[in-house]
Amino acid sequence: MRKYISLRIGKQISFLIDKKAMIISLLLLLISIVVFIVSVGSGEMYISPLDVVKTLVGSGSAMNEVVIHSFRLPRILVALLVGMLLAVAGSILQGMIRNPLASPDVLGITGGAAVAVVAFFAMFSDKNNSLTISIHWLPLGAFVGATVAAFLVYLLSWKNGITPMRLILVGIGVSAFMQACTTLLMITGPIYRASQANVWITGSVYGVSWKHVSFLVPWAVVLLLISFISARKMNIQELGDELAMGVGVSLQKQRLFLLLLSTALTGGAVAFAGGIGFVGLMAPHMARRLVGSSFGALLPVAALLGAILVMLADLAGRMLFAPLEIPAGVFTAAIGAPYFIYLLYKSRH
Amino acid sequence: MLATNQAKIAGLLLLVILLATSMWMSIIYGYTDTSWKVAIEALINNNGSNQHIVIETVRLPRALIGAAVGASLAMAGALMQALTKNPLASPGIFGINAGAGFFIVLFVTFFQVSSLHMFTWLAFAGAALAAIIVFVISSVGKEGMTPLKLTLAGTAVAALFASLTQGLLVANEKALEEVLFWLAGSVSGRKLEMLVAVLPYFLIAWTGSLLLARKVNILMMGDDVAKGLGQRTNVVKFGVALLVILLAGSSVAVAGPIGFIGIIVPHIARALVGVDHRWVLPYCAFIGGILLIAADIGARYVLMPQEVPVGIMTAFIGVPFFIYIARRGILAK
Repeated sequence: MRKYISLRIGKQISFLIDKKAMIISLLLLLISIVVFIVSVGSGEMYISPLDVVKTLVGSGSAMNEVVIHSFRLPRILVALLVGMLLAVAGSILQGMIRNPLASPDVLGITGGAAVAVVAFFAMFSDKNNSLTISIHWLPLGAFVGATVAAFLVYLLSWKNGITPMRLILVGIGVSAFMQACTTLLMITGPIYRASQANVWITGSVYGVSWKHVSFLVPWAVVLLLISFISARKMNIQELGDELAMGVGVSLQKQRLFLLLLSTALTGGAVAFAGGIGFVGLMAPHMARRLVGSSFGALLPVAALLGAILVMLADLAGRMLFAPLEIPAGVFTAAIGAPYFIYLLYKSRH
Repeated sequence: MLATNQAKIAGLLLLVILLATSMWMSIIYGYTDTSWKVAIEALINNNGSNQHIVIETVRLPRALIGAAVGASLAMAGALMQALTKNPLASPGIFGINAGAGFFIVLFVTFFQVSSLHMFTWLAFAGAALAAIIVFVISSVGKEGMTPLKLTLAGTAVAALFASLTQGLLVANEKALEEVLFWLAGSVSGRKLEMLVAVLPYFLIAWTGSLLLARKVNILMMGDDVAKGLGQRTNVVKFGVALLVILLAGSSVAVAGPIGFIGIIVPHIARALVGVDHRWVLPYCAFIGGILLIAADIGARYVLMPQEVPVGIMTAFIGVPFFIYIARRGILAK
């Protein structure tokens, strides 16, 4: 049996489709649909999976319609998209840095977004604790923060080009700096602002609305498409500097492009859901174990895994300690950090 | 670099004088400046006036705690850098401070702990847990971890504890108010009793570090050489790890997680006296104390009349330094 199916469209476009990867992707798609339906059904008011499906296709009871449509659906959709964005961003960074331990949080990109969010609350709150401008500007602020941090890391690690290791270490430094800025801003402001910012920093999809979804969807779709198309470039970057240059790639230019791409992906995710950590680290690894490290198969599988992870973390945060809500980021960190250490242990040779 | 023993001793004396001066300045300058005369009077012949009370209960503890914590964090950093052979190792980057912080927040939230004594033990437990994780990671396999992997492992441990702490604080807003300033790392508003409570541990750890310095020198030559010279490397490593936990744990119990002192100071000390830890450690102690007190004095003036936690000041000084080391490519070897 052949491992690949070749697919040709006209004379210009042809793909090799990995059979195993396709089966696994379909399986993961199925799992994510199940998680999605269960997550929509769970909460203070339980709705059975069958009723969920009925409501989603538009023939459920009015009560279910309201609960699902106005409360649960936007939040779970955001969790799904955010998981995808973070997972793809992590995959790109790991491929580019050629280090399986890189992720947007380690590089300080998430930290930059956090500073921007706290600064946003600090600058645009009046004495009565109400915001002077619409909260809908918050994602833009977070995105700007993420971009600034990424550029800072990039510039500071530039020394006749970027080496992956310098990028990581400078990233660690920059994220420490960002953390200090965040704490400073939280301390100089009143306490309600600190707790508002704290929820965001930990990462939560609490309280998102359809408006957020409509912002996020085009962003995610465009960037994910670009990422899937650029998979080729990532494959080459993974070969190492000499080989990549040998096959005629403009190494530094491509590196900048990939960094920008992953910043945009991360920025979109943290803008809506805050600093949900470790997803960008875990999902690519799991994906690599399932389908190997060719990016054409890796990216979609990682994206699905990321979506499943964040949806599950959000579900756990809502259900485990109800009526108290725990931010999803706590759960991703609780699973992610031990997993990360396990990876380090495995890769010791 | 100071080459001869005489020069090194002279340098040490100079540092002692500098430390005394900075403590003195820490007592005198602040929101209300006092004169040195008043300060001496307050110490020798306290007449109970407002000024004297401020000096005795606010300024003096602050200076003493700053010196002790700065010294301990710097020594902990030097020991960690020697043990892991990683120039970026420090209690802050490797999550030991974060571990101690998490344990304290956990118990404040769930068990309403507020006794100082418990704080210290909790900080030890948290520091120990984080340290064990990092050290176990650093010693797996034949060659152990590369410095880069170890640094990443440390930041992951730090991120885990930070995230758990934040999760707790989200669930409990009241606790956030109580611990936010403490979590940023600060030596202000601490009573002298807090220092007295951890002083025995500090003393044990300081003496222990100096006694182990020779063994640490041998350990630095690499495990194989050290074993060949007849050292029981595992025992020494365990001892050094224990000292790091004592130093970092007690520091966090008193002052909260203050970062970057543990990274910067050992580098300065090594630049001054080379790699002999019998000199590096005492130099670290004094330079650490001076640096933390200087940062603390700065913290009073940056946003006057409001105070900035000193942990933020040290991060602002420390990050450029960290990036400088990272850029110099010291890890490339």
